[in-house]
Amino acid sequence: MAVSYSAKEEADGHPSGGVGVPGGGAVGGGGGGAVKTRKPDNTAFKQQRLPAWQPILTAGTVLPAFFIIGLIFIPIGIGIFVTSNNIREYEIDYTGTEPSSPCNKCLNVSWDSTPPCTCTINFTLEHSFESNVFMYYGLSNFYQNHRRYVKSRDDSQLNGDNSSLLNPSKECEPYRTNEDKPIAPCGAIANSMFNDTLELYRIDNDTRTPITLIKKGIAWWTDKNVKFRNPTGDGNNLTALFQGTTKPVNWPKPVYMLDSEPDNNGFINEDFIVWMRTAALPTFRKLYRLIERKNNLQPTLQAGKYSLDIAYNYPVHSFDGRKRMILSTISWMGGKNPFLGIAYITVGSICFFLGVVLLFIHHKYGNRNTSADIPN
Amino acid sequence: GYEDWLRHRADNEVNKSNVFVVENAKQVRKESEKIKVGDIVEVKADETFPCDLIFLASSSTDGTCYVTTASLDGESNFKTHYAVRDTTVLCTDEAIDTLTATIECEQPQPDLYKFVGRIIIYRSNQEPVARSLGPENLLLKGATLKNTKKIYGVAVYTGMETKMALNYQGKSQKRSAVEKSINAFLIVYLCILLGKATVCTTLKYVWQSNPFNDEPWYNEKTKKERESFKVLRMFTDFLSFMVLFNFIIPVSMYVTVEMQKFLGSFFISWDKEMYDEEIQEGALVNTSDLNEELGQVEYVFTDKTGTLTENSMEFIECCIDGHKYKDCISEVDGFSQADGPLKYYGKAEKSREELFLRALCLCHTVQIKEADQVDGLMAHPERKYTYISSSPDEIALVKGAEKYGFTFLGLENDFMKIQNQKNETEMYQLLHVLNFDPVRRRMSVIVRTTTGKLLLFCKGADSSIFPRVQQEEIQQTKVHVDRNAMDGYRTLCVAFKELTEKEYDKIDRQLNEAKMALQDREEKMAKVFDDTEADMHLIGATAVEDRLQEQLAETIEALHAAGMKVWVLTGDKMETAKSTCYACRLFQTSTELLELTARTVGESERKEDRLHELLLEYHKKLVQDVPKNQGGLKRSWTLSQEYGLIIDGSTLSLILNPSQDSCSSNYKSIFLQICLKCTAVLCCRMAPLQKAQIVRMVKNTKGSPITLSIGDGANDVSMILEAHVGIGIKGKEGRQASRNSDYAVPKFKHLRKLLLAHGHLYYVRIAHLVQYFFYKNLCFILPQFLYQFFCGFSQQPLYDAAYLTMYNICFTSLPILAYSLLEQHISIDTLTSDPQLYMKVSDNAMLQWRPFLYWTFLGAFEGLVFFFGVYFLFQSSSLEDNGKVTPPKERKMSPVLSLFLFPQLALDTRFWTWMNHFVIWGSLAFYVFFSFFWGGVIWQQQRMYFVFAHMLTSVSTWLAIILLIFISLFPEILLIVLKNIKEKNHQVRNKMM
Repeated sequence: MAVSYSAKEEADGHPSGGVGVPGGGAVGGGGGGAVKTRKPDNTAFKQQRLPAWQPILTAGTVLPAFFIIGLIFIPIGIGIFVTSNNIREYEIDYTGTEPSSPCNKCLNVSWDSTPPCTCTINFTLEHSFESNVFMYYGLSNFYQNHRRYVKSRDDSQLNGDNSSLLNPSKECEPYRTNEDKPIAPCGAIANSMFNDTLELYRIDNDTRTPITLIKKGIAWWTDKNVKFRNPTGDGNNLTALFQGTTKPVNWPKPVYMLDSEPDNNGFINEDFIVWMRTAALPTFRKLYRLIERKNNLQPTLQAGKYSLDIAYNYPVHSFDGRKRMILSTISWMGGKNPFLGIAYITVGSICFFLGVVLLFIHHKYGNRNTSADIPN
Repeated sequence: GYEDWLRHRADNEVNKSNVFVVENAKQVRKESEKIKVGDIVEVKADETFPCDLIFLASSSTDGTCYVTTASLDGESNFKTHYAVRDTTVLCTDEAIDTLTATIECEQPQPDLYKFVGRIIIYRSNQEPVARSLGPENLLLKGATLKNTKKIYGVAVYTGMETKMALNYQGKSQKRSAVEKSINAFLIVYLCILLGKATVCTTLKYVWQSNPFNDEPWYNEKTKKERESFKVLRMFTDFLSFMVLFNFIIPVSMYVTVEMQKFLGSFFISWDKEMYDEEIQEGALVNTSDLNEELGQVEYVFTDKTGTLTENSMEFIECCIDGHKYKDCISEVDGFSQADGPLKYYGKAEKSREELFLRALCLCHTVQIKEADQVDGLMAHPERKYTYISSSPDEIALVKGAEKYGFTFLGLENDFMKIQNQKNETEMYQLLHVLNFDPVRRRMSVIVRTTTGKLLLFCKGADSSIFPRVQQEEIQQTKVHVDRNAMDGYRTLCVAFKELTEKEYDKIDRQLNEAKMALQDREEKMAKVFDDTEADMHLIGATAVEDRLQEQLAETIEALHAAGMKVWVLTGDKMETAKSTCYACRLFQTSTELLELTARTVGESERKEDRLHELLLEYHKKLVQDVPKNQGGLKRSWTLSQEYGLIIDGSTLSLILNPSQDSCSSNYKSIFLQICLKCTAVLCCRMAPLQKAQIVRMVKNTKGSPITLSIGDGANDVSMILEAHVGIGIKGKEGRQASRNSDYAVPKFKHLRKLLLAHGHLYYVRIAHLVQYFFYKNLCFILPQFLYQFFCGFSQQPLYDAAYLTMYNICFTSLPILAYSLLEQHISIDTLTSDPQLYMKVSDNAMLQWRPFLYWTFLGAFEGLVFFFGVYFLFQSSSLEDNGKVTPPKERKMSPVLSLFLFPQLALDTRFWTWMNHFVIWGSLAFYVFFSFFWGGVIWQQQRMYFVFAHMLTSVSTWLAIILLIFISLFPEILLIVLKNIKEKNHQVRNKMM
């Protein structure tokens, strides 16, 4: 983009010397002296003569810009596209609406069915997953972004505030109290926490080898360490600390029994924290577990047969929802996202194409311009 | 805004100022707003009168005081006011307390120079005495006491009833065309808002008809929600959608527009090119609301005297009994040598000459001011005194007489002193002054010479003098008067008459009677004046030059070239005005003049018919015969014959106020059509009210063109107030005009820069500002609307509350404000030198529906790009490189969005000063800073915690942002380029032609 930098010099063009004002002088010096006049100061600002950069968009300046943008965008797009394609991603829908699905029997489970309905889905990975694998659960048609839902939480309760623990915010209604006891954690979000248990097995010659799923490190550090805190009090006994509260209606067990490990229990349970960050769209996925690569020799997940064991507790059929399990690796640019690459390539191409078209027009007109000059 | 506050402060200053009221023979200090009618007020020298007072007594024994009314009507001379004769002795607190009197006076009325009243003084042992009260007894609020130690007066009109307050016809709120456009746009956006809310509410209930959508197990309603009435719920839903989308209405635009106007107006008053060295003042902005209107002016109505001309009068020549006298030095007038009698001294009889010069010396109201109190006007170093007068003509005449040896030395105790050619001092007793008034257009004095002769001198416009003198004397003078008028001089005729003692007694009696009259005093006075000023003898005529203002012709030509029509409205004579018009190139030699004056219409009874004939003839010539195909080429001056119209006051009133209401209204519209076809219109012999009438007539024509009035005198105030933009010249006829104007400039030539540069720039700036605000808010809110489709129409806001609030105030307002203050899409110099550019923005071109639609589409496009861009680009990639799910999109939206708008503005900025840089990058930096801050603190309901920081760590976010910004700017860039190519093509084609 060509620019003309016109630093307008402070034209000190007084028509005449003036009565009390010696002709202008330095910037801001006008009107000084003993003689007080109402003569406006001769400053660049007041006379609207500030030096200014005046970019001019002309065909001549924009055309190269188009080419350059095209030339930059297309490689970026290709790079992103290739990277995105190299990302391994595998997705299983285990809702079980189809009669053939193994989980069909669990379709109409309720929250508190004991023992939980379990089902197993076998699948085959065509390609091996080389780097660390992330395991997600995905929900569809689940309006976590509904206004009534989004606000139904008490952040200060989750931050370990003792008074909010026993007296949760009104926003939590109708999930605020149960049988005259305050609910901890209160609110619709907490109440509807995802509670399917997913287990992954590798099937190798009919032997089922469990794959280690790491459940820590899935939440943001800031959330886990700052935003969410267990209530404080004497001792570390969570059961005592949560005394006087009751579990959310839909939960099978209270919040202090979410996990056996003390640093992953109560409000700072990472599954819980992940769930509490509400999704923006009705179709979303949330990180469930990590599968770390054990050594450099073997891929994290080899190509082959696997089975997914599901403790099916979470009912989605009633609102037409879907449940998925996703296995994915990631790259420098995050997860699989073909759109970004395609978008870059498209925009880059359009730029390039327009550059060509405009160049053609410009050239044609440019010729006419010169030919117009010659006869004169 | 600010101007109102200044006004309020000034009000307070006046209302709370201390005055002394005499109560029970003691002085009591009071705030001036607490004065009641009937209070006796004491005023000391150099104080202003707090209300309208009847002058009772002064510290001087003769019961007079001097007053200057400079702040009222701009006349800076001292006026003498007289106390009521019977109360002059009561000049102490105690004495004044003994006075028992009643005052009867008329209802308050705005005329400053009219007052009728009667005071009845009761004394314990005498008959009550009744005395008449006139304007000379009335001390007006706002005037200042001078040269008198103190006076006592009784309050007759206070507060809003004072003449000053009545004259302040609360300035009607002037609204600019831009504001009207804004209102129209607002209605459109209001409809969009209502539409969106309705659509969302409807869809919400359609969507909710499915029970698992309405209330899934994970998201149950409270009992209260379930029990509320459906209609009520729908209504509250509708309202909450309105609240959600209300940001589409750019409320903050009003604040920004106000700020822009207010701050922007400083640039006008700071402009040193509009500073005048002579009066040491620059331009003045009284109403900053109209800055952009200056860029829209189509009709310029200008006064002649003091506006087109300097109003610094110079005595050029005189003629005595038909003999021409001219300053010997400047005698080079070639053609006047050929015809008529010439200059030489002594052509006329010596006695006539002296009589004439004495008349000049005596017949005026000039006062002498000692040099030690010079106030800048007319200061002559070699002289110890200066002349001051309400009319510069008089000063010129007195000075002219001085040049011929007769010097006016001042007025002492009713005696006028004159130094004659032989350096003798002559004394004349001043008996009566028959003051000048614009109806009579003449004034007279009656003096008694030392020998006891009674003389009446009268001077005035030729039209008012000629009928009153011996007819046989007229002819020779008339030649001179006419020729002088042709040369653009102001002419006055001087006449005299000798009165016998008996005649004088009669006049004296009549005058006093008239003065005493309580009712119709004006008419009675006028009648006496009329009777007195009759059967006079013409002595001669004077010619006074009123120099044209510098660069007048260039300015007028520039205004013409900028597509403005210039009308001259003057009270002056036709010939004088016409020659001025030629001199300032308002009329070219090629201009065909159409005259609708007393001369062409004639004086007969049939003049109405004749007028109608003329009108029809002109109409045929201008409107009907012109080929119709000119419609497309608006204001193409160069194409055809130019027409100029001259009309005078009497003819105008004939057209506007026809005697019989036949089909005359038709002629009014014909006249208007003729006027609009003419490039220049000269209206002479206009009364102030007629000036306003003309302005109103044009203002109310089809398409309501923007009018501008410029004038310097009190007689222009009505038209200044009437026009869309009123401009006052800080001239010599006082400050009345500049105080009532919206803008005041020192000279007419400053109009050029004011309109062509400032007006144009402000229009472009504000138009852009307005469009940008609508665009920005549409672009901001559209994603919010689209998001409702993805969140179950639950009124979930897309943006965090903090961003919603800060968006308009902190993130986006300053860059556009800086833009709207500093942008110069074309440099000021180019704008001033190329008036054609002015036409580019005429007719509110940048705020028509087309540009509005363009901006709206742009806003909608960007809103869409932004929402769906984020939707698709982040859909499955909501992972970071450490695998964690990134924050929900809704949070991401707010950060990204602001990033969009800066480039958009940057693209349109053509003039990047360091301030623009500072503000744009500053806002961006502030935005980043704020986001970190907002994401870094724990708050109640804090959902943005560390979202921003997390977002920025993701590479794909950056890539997506860059891409989206580019896409959103794409159409604009493309359009600019295409326009550019087209323009160049056009230029090339033009060149080839």
